[in-house]
Amino acid sequence: MKININGSTKEFGGEKITAEELINQLNLNGKRFAIEKNGEIISKTYFRDIYFNDGDKIEIIGAVGGG
Amino acid sequence: MEDKISNINDKLIIAGRSFQSRLLIGTGKYNDFKETRAAIDSSDAQIVTVAIRRINLGQSPNEPSLLEFLPTNKFTYLPNTAGCYSSDDAIRTLRLARELLDGHNLVKLEVLGDPDTLFPNVVETINAAKILVKDGFDVMVYTSDDPIIAKQLEDIGCCAIMPLASLIGSGMGILNPWNLEIIIDKANVPVIVDAGVGTASDATIAMELGCDGVLMNTAIALAKNPILMASAMKKAIESGREAFIAGRMDKKLYSASPSSPIKGLIK
Repeated sequence: MKININGSTKEFGGEKITAEELINQLNLNGKRFAIEKNGEIISKTYFRDIYFNDGDKIEIIGAVGGG
Repeated sequence: MEDKISNINDKLIIAGRSFQSRLLIGTGKYNDFKETRAAIDSSDAQIVTVAIRRINLGQSPNEPSLLEFLPTNKFTYLPNTAGCYSSDDAIRTLRLARELLDGHNLVKLEVLGDPDTLFPNVVETINAAKILVKDGFDVMVYTSDDPIIAKQLEDIGCCAIMPLASLIGSGMGILNPWNLEIIIDKANVPVIVDAGVGTASDATIAMELGCDGVLMNTAIALAKNPILMASAMKKAIESGREAFIAGRMDKKLYSASPSSPIKGLIK
């Protein structure tokens, strides 16, 4: 299964993966970020219930220095 | 001109939030997060702008983040839409920022029109402001120094109008004080100069004109000593505010007036 995350394609095993599992695999536990799936924001409360499938486009964003 | 009674103890009120400091600071262009924090501490600023970007997925789990150096319980975050050239991109960015910051709805809207000058696209800015205000955001809006556009943005419901003094990052200072004065005179929400300040005197001039605050980034971050410049800016803002409230003397171009008595001169 291929998922596009922040503009790069990443390969995952299985047919689907929850947002929570994806966060674990990307070592993002404990970090502050927000996730968008195919243009829709995924609320933190649904990380266990939302699945990502082959071809999904995910954005994971955070705050950086800026004016 | 309409009289607006101001008191030196007045706080800066933005959308019901109260701030002691009238200096707002951008967090870009510093050498590292430690320097960012030291400069902000030196300035006493309470509101800090941040950009919203894709996180670096390759980073090590222990790599520090801006949020750790600037805790959200100590500073008021102002996520911006820097780099957005359409209302859709700006709206998308701020909705993600609201999710990132657990529902925090105070934001800085800027929609750019041109990568060389970073002049705002006021049409796209107005379109985005309408949607964001309806969506429950408290919108502080970066705009040109056009008094008509400034008033329209206020009428839409923006909680602060933030006209440029000169181009973003240019350090050219206050290029059109007359337009800023008109905007300040007509506004019923805070007017905060955003962009163009180069050094402390520029910030003082903005405050002497009657601005409610000044937002700056490059003037501090790219000073030879950012931490010292941050302190200078704090004093410049306070100084300009006091001068504005004190009320300057009238200018007398052709009639000099000695400060010492004429009577009793030794002859």
